[in-house]
Amino acid sequence: MLTYIVRRLIAAVLILFGASFLVYILTAYSGDPLADLRQSNAPNREQLIQQRIDLLDLDVPPILRYFSWLSGAIRCVVPFALTCDLGNSVTGIEVTQLLGRAMGQTIMLVTAATILAIVIGITLGIVTALRQYSGLDYGVTFMAFLFFSLPVFWVAVLLKEFGAIGFNNFLSDPDISFFTTMTCGLLGAFLFYLSTSGALKRRLMWAAIGFAFAFALTWFLDFTGWFLTPGFGPIVVALLSVGIAYGVTLLTAGLKNRKALYSALAVVGIGMIAYFAVQPLLDRATLLMVLLLGIATVLIGLAVGYFMGGYDKRQNMNAAALTAFLMGFLILLDRFMQAWPAYFNNNRVNGRPIATIGASTPNLSGDFWVRGLDTYTHLLLPTIALMLISLAGYSRYSRASMLEIMNQDYIRTARAKGLGERTVVMRHAFRNALIPLATLVAFDIGALIGGAIITEQVFAFSGMGQLFVQALQRQDLNPVMGVFLITGIVALVFNLVADLVYSVLDPRVRVKA
Amino acid sequence: MSTTAQETTQTKPEDSRGLSQGQIVRKRFFGHTAAVASLVIFFGVVILAFTSVGYAGIPGWWKWNYIETPPLANPTGAPTWKLPFDFGDHPFGQDRVGRDLFAMTMRGAQLSLIVMFLIGLVGGIIGVVIGGVSGYFRGWVEAVLMRLTDVIIIIPLVIIAAVLGTFGNSISGPGTFFGAIFGGSAGVILLGVFVGFIIWTGLARLVRGEFLSLREREFVDAARIAGASNTRIIFKHIVPNAVGVIIVNTTLVMASAILLETALSFLGLGVRAPDISLGSLISANQAAFSTRPWLFWWPGLFIVIICLSINFIGDGLRDAFDPRQKKFNAKKAAEPRKPA
Repeated sequence: MLTYIVRRLIAAVLILFGASFLVYILTAYSGDPLADLRQSNAPNREQLIQQRIDLLDLDVPPILRYFSWLSGAIRCVVPFALTCDLGNSVTGIEVTQLLGRAMGQTIMLVTAATILAIVIGITLGIVTALRQYSGLDYGVTFMAFLFFSLPVFWVAVLLKEFGAIGFNNFLSDPDISFFTTMTCGLLGAFLFYLSTSGALKRRLMWAAIGFAFAFALTWFLDFTGWFLTPGFGPIVVALLSVGIAYGVTLLTAGLKNRKALYSALAVVGIGMIAYFAVQPLLDRATLLMVLLLGIATVLIGLAVGYFMGGYDKRQNMNAAALTAFLMGFLILLDRFMQAWPAYFNNNRVNGRPIATIGASTPNLSGDFWVRGLDTYTHLLLPTIALMLISLAGYSRYSRASMLEIMNQDYIRTARAKGLGERTVVMRHAFRNALIPLATLVAFDIGALIGGAIITEQVFAFSGMGQLFVQALQRQDLNPVMGVFLITGIVALVFNLVADLVYSVLDPRVRVKA
Repeated sequence: MSTTAQETTQTKPEDSRGLSQGQIVRKRFFGHTAAVASLVIFFGVVILAFTSVGYAGIPGWWKWNYIETPPLANPTGAPTWKLPFDFGDHPFGQDRVGRDLFAMTMRGAQLSLIVMFLIGLVGGIIGVVIGGVSGYFRGWVEAVLMRLTDVIIIIPLVIIAAVLGTFGNSISGPGTFFGAIFGGSAGVILLGVFVGFIIWTGLARLVRGEFLSLREREFVDAARIAGASNTRIIFKHIVPNAVGVIIVNTTLVMASAILLETALSFLGLGVRAPDISLGSLISANQAAFSTRPWLFWWPGLFIVIICLSINFIGDGLRDAFDPRQKKFNAKKAAEPRKPA
């Protein structure tokens, strides 16, 4: 195993050398970094040109310049060498500094989109695989292909137009017409109809319930002016949490496992006490505090599951911890919603909360919650755009993988020995269906660090992709190489990780030593 | 035993009649409604794009071309298309200076389609050759070619496009070798070929995997013992078995190629002015969304139609080529366990 990793790493270093040389030469010859100065009318033009030549060593031919760049770059890769030197941009800023800033923005942008796409995509894929050739399957398949075929720049501009400008206009006068309420109801009916199975009568009944639910919800939200003063309040938090407890138990342990159900419900009880207890504390929240509370929540869940006892403590612990985590998330969400009016009426925001450009409102003053909301409203649209595109891929792959697993002999064996459908699907099929997806996820994360060039461009997000394209257009060689180095290293490392993870998850696959 | 055999022959008539692989694939493909509909739509778009405004000097049937600036039919240049069949002079509308959007969209679709086919063709050929050679010969050939693939994979495509933008004119402009051969669309052809040089990596890996498993099969051993040459084994024995993987994935490469080309053109690095592609049309008009939304809707719609239909064709081909396709019926599997 160790020899394999070492060999792969050596190969990766050689690949990086080759590719970085090619990229350096191609970029160096793709244009003239002095073009803007040559056309300028500044009186000290010659001096500026000379200054830039000195700064970037432009009098050295590119092939030799590559090696001087390389000697600086190697110091970044070798650990414990403190003087990392990736050169300067044409404006004289150190590339390491530029990269640090851009990387932070990109990671912020892609994290939520990736996690959401993976969770939603895999869920959709598994559900459609279990209901193959149903209305739901056809609907989701068509949507997946549609999202697959959407150009991201087109979606991004549409989102800006309708998601931001349209929604902001709606918020200035949040009044939902009867027609819209009706449409929401019909949409709810349609979704319920698609996602249920069985006889037509049963499905129509569910569709009616769906219609009533969506209609009532929309009407209620409109009637109470929820869009201007959103929030759950303790009652809705409690109801939703009990629902979560049942749902989580159903999936992880099955409702027949009473110990698991009781531990999940006990966690909800503790959570409700905590809900009131931590409110004053949350008013003075910091990021660190929220993280610590999150960890504490999960630990409490695990402890409750452990002390509930029973023949299989692990199931209790899983159910309780997952419930605790989701409930903590609900409480957090509720607290963010409480801060909404403060954010909405902030004079920097002025009642138009959904932003179309940048990563934050400049000069915004406010506490942790207001600044958090500001980040979310800026991330919302680019996240949706990125998510829609990668969601399609995940749902297709997980569907195909699940279908293949459900045809395996060991699934038939599991059914034959009398296991329940939940155990067959969650314990035997689902876990194995995730194995091929692990590689896909690793590749995707590797690719995403390079930045979503187009999404960043449309939403004026100054991440890695934007840095890369702008540097390329200005013939600014060093930032281009900096971004390339990072994306190249990340891609190669995640490639290796994908192979290793695969061999760990699937014992039939052995890496060549 | 005999009943099972009988049942098998009854339920699987297509095996017993001795159809060739091509016939089975064709039958399965044409049984796939979405794929066939997509095929029809795709050819419809191709025919519409190439006949309406004409190509390479051959005039089309549409009254405007994409450069003319006729006077605005509506004050803002809004579409004159009244549902259902009254098209008017400018069914898709006009831009600020009066150019006909239908003609521009058709021209953009032409160029996008050409680039897409070139990327598929060049990328497909290189991918199959490199993947096939490294999978069949293994050893140092495989090591070298796969490391080359790794190098190409991490080179960002945007760099190639930017380099092409700088050198493109000196290679393909008027008066040069390429310019003389291909005329006005030399830049577009060059773009397609260069992107094809980069995009083959995924296909090469898949084809290599397929060749690796096929070369160990008995029929390959038999052919080798019978004295067949490497060329014969590759082309007569292995390629026909790998053709499904090749065709399906080339189709999918083409579907992503059209998004890639439009994205590059959107960034200003793909098809460049004065030529137009669907991506550069959207890029030029995104700021005018609130005043002239039609300039934004139509080109995007055509990108989606082309890409969606190719994806469905690819899906149909995959289903047709995959012999392991079995229908798993969750309802049937769960039924016997239901309490009576």
